[in-house]
Amino acid sequence: MTRADAVARVARALPAGCLTVACNGMIGRELYTSADAASRFYMIGSMGLASSIGLGLALVRPAETVVVFDGDGNVLMNLGTLGSVAAAHVANFYHVVFDNAAHGSTGDQRTISDCVPIEEVARAAGYRTAARVRGETELDAALAACFSVAGPAMLLVEVERGNVPGIKRVEIAPTEITARFRAVAARVSPEPASPRKHEITKHD
Amino acid sequence: MDAGSRIGQVGLVGRVGQVGQEGQEGQEGSRRFVGAGSMPQRFLDLLEQHGYNFFTGVPCSLFAGVTRILDAEPRYGYISAVREDSAIGLAAGAYLGGRQPVVFMQNSGLGVSVNALASLNQIYGIPVLLVVSWRGEGGRDAPEHLVMGAVMEDFLRLLGIPYVPLVPGTLGRDVEDLTRIMRETRQPVALIVSKGMLE
Repeated sequence: MTRADAVARVARALPAGCLTVACNGMIGRELYTSADAASRFYMIGSMGLASSIGLGLALVRPAETVVVFDGDGNVLMNLGTLGSVAAAHVANFYHVVFDNAAHGSTGDQRTISDCVPIEEVARAAGYRTAARVRGETELDAALAACFSVAGPAMLLVEVERGNVPGIKRVEIAPTEITARFRAVAARVSPEPASPRKHEITKHD
Repeated sequence: MDAGSRIGQVGLVGRVGQVGQEGQEGQEGSRRFVGAGSMPQRFLDLLEQHGYNFFTGVPCSLFAGVTRILDAEPRYGYISAVREDSAIGLAAGAYLGGRQPVVFMQNSGLGVSVNALASLNQIYGIPVLLVVSWRGEGGRDAPEHLVMGAVMEDFLRLLGIPYVPLVPGTLGRDVEDLTRIMRETRQPVALIVSKGMLE
């Protein structure tokens, strides 16, 4: 299963009204390409912090479902946050980790998640549930139940290395991502959108 | 001393000056540093008066008195973070959910937090009040604190983060001015805590 397919399948299975935080790199770009919405926060920098952002959000919005789209490289970069999530007992926090044991956005250089099973680390840290799935059938079956049980929960999805063509960069200015997300998540009036588009470079 | 001379941020000096002048008249009541009890408790009361309502961070002995209260009082919902950049991420999530966050850290944590501040808060317009202890101030501290202690102010200026040292006599006014700048610019600002202030 390609990562882009897995990201799209998870996006289709998200509960209505949930808030999503996506990590930097290809995962956020794939979510943006397949299922953009104001309720998605695309973290384009600050690698390693998607789970922290999701945790802060889940803590202050306990009535909302918060889903973090994360990658193995991101989780490993700030592994301690798994402990923070577990210690906070956030029942509305769902952590979906797309694991290809590689840094997919920089050329598929290896990570260490082939040696370190991230879902077992999460379980040991104190996540209420943590599961690993491989292939479309297992993923779809897991998604059918995933968001109806109390969190913190991790669903680790094994995906192939490599990138599919046609994945866009996140073209929305970061300040506009903030404004439109807060309009949904915090129910504050959207701030005037910046007219300029986020400057796009070819470097990752 | 007006706020323009107290808040050290090259790019915002003009604006800070205006803020300070605007605030000279008619708001003395809100500027006074009020609150009962110990200095740490009065400090937290002041932050709450200015709308701060999400607290996270990593401890330092220089503000141990504040952390003691945050830990003891469940109403603050204090989250003890594992790293300073994770605390910045937690605070960003809280802001996205409608809160006004504070992150407590030792200045060693500024180094840990550079990428979070630069590639999250500053480009997304996510404001946060950083309360940063000044270890290594004046070159008098344990060796591990001396380098960051010496360059901390340059470091904040380089990152473009407005900051002000905590001085009890002007704290109410400084928190008000910093908070106004933070809200106007939607950018991080820092309050610097020297030894002996909040222990």
